[in-house]
Amino acid sequence: MSYLADVGALARKDLRLELRARDTLPAMLLFVVSTLVVFHFTLPQNASRLAAFGLLWVALIFTALLGLTRCFAAEREQDVLDGLVLAPSDRSAIWLGKAIAMLAFLVAAEVVALPAFALFFDPGIDGRTLAGVALADLGICTVGTLLAGMAAASRARELLLPLLFLPLAIPIVIGGVGASVNGGARYVEFLVLYDAIFAIISWASFEYVVTE
Amino acid sequence: MVAAVAMIAYVAEVDADQGLSQKIFFFHVPIALTAYACFGWGAWKALLHLWKQRDGADLESYVAIHQGVIFGALTLVTGSIWAKISWGHWWVWGSDQLVLFLVLFLFYAAYFMLRFSVEPGPRRANLSAVYALFGVALIPVSFMAIRLANDLIHPTVFTTDGPQMSGRMFATFCLSWAAMLLLAGTLYQVELAGKRLDLRLRELRELLA
Repeated sequence: MSYLADVGALARKDLRLELRARDTLPAMLLFVVSTLVVFHFTLPQNASRLAAFGLLWVALIFTALLGLTRCFAAEREQDVLDGLVLAPSDRSAIWLGKAIAMLAFLVAAEVVALPAFALFFDPGIDGRTLAGVALADLGICTVGTLLAGMAAASRARELLLPLLFLPLAIPIVIGGVGASVNGGARYVEFLVLYDAIFAIISWASFEYVVTE
Repeated sequence: MVAAVAMIAYVAEVDADQGLSQKIFFFHVPIALTAYACFGWGAWKALLHLWKQRDGADLESYVAIHQGVIFGALTLVTGSIWAKISWGHWWVWGSDQLVLFLVLFLFYAAYFMLRFSVEPGPRRANLSAVYALFGVALIPVSFMAIRLANDLIHPTVFTTDGPQMSGRMFATFCLSWAAMLLLAGTLYQVELAGKRLDLRLRELRELLA
């Protein structure tokens, strides 16, 4: 039970920090809406709605990336991470708390992005798309938080994270686009599998990312 | 290795469907399988590093992945040549294995970026090892994803009924693969010896200074 309490406390810390400082979320919201507007002009006049769905996924992945680059920024600037590592709790709790906070940011961004997408492109969003987006969010946050922890330890930092993250995000994109365009249940199942595999690996290996 | 090349040239019969160009199969597929073997070996060493804290496992993992990237690049090149000859295009998104190798190539190229932007030390060893473990998980997952997303035009030689080729072709294939593995193993040992020597030299120089 104390593990869950630790996770809750860490996630609450991040959310409260965001409520007070408003560093990440407004940037993500503005970014996703402005990318959608840019995408409207990059699409040819009579492009199909399928193409619009593809661009939605590009917008979502890059918005998530924008949030993830800020993921450990507060910890790094104030050297909080060393303190958290020394705290008497399981290190994976740090990862889980962070991932939950990231998930909250991403869902908040999508609550704005999906209606905006529906308004601009009139694509007809169905339940499968929503399920795909939700599952993709889980995958993005689990993997992304761990990679953000890695990138925070390197010299290149913000530069490195997209390079580490995008190859791992390719299966998410394939699953997500498949779920929203082809409407196949198999794609949704695949996303569940992806989330499960990478959540387990991230959970088990986060300890090695923050310790020496 | 020489025996394998000779066997490819003379012993294996020419494929009825694709003709002479099919012979590149005996390079392309063994190289690809060897690249997988290198990535797998690198991940195994990474696991040993994290789990047993074994000294030197980090370096071995790095060298194995380095080999894997080289063989992966060769796979992309040979696959691209084969695609040009038998399908008429240098790059075909419909071919699962090639796309998978592109994804893996990007992934492991990022491995080097990660490795070279962290100070040498236990932290770097840990980060590299975790990333290498992500790599082996990514291989089957991406493979499934790409197969889901694509229609199949890549010839599937290995099906559940066993390999779909004649005895002589299969023997050539096995020999060629063994030769590739041997080559990779030798290169791995040479590279590892060089890196270890480098490390020793640096330690000695620090002692002297």
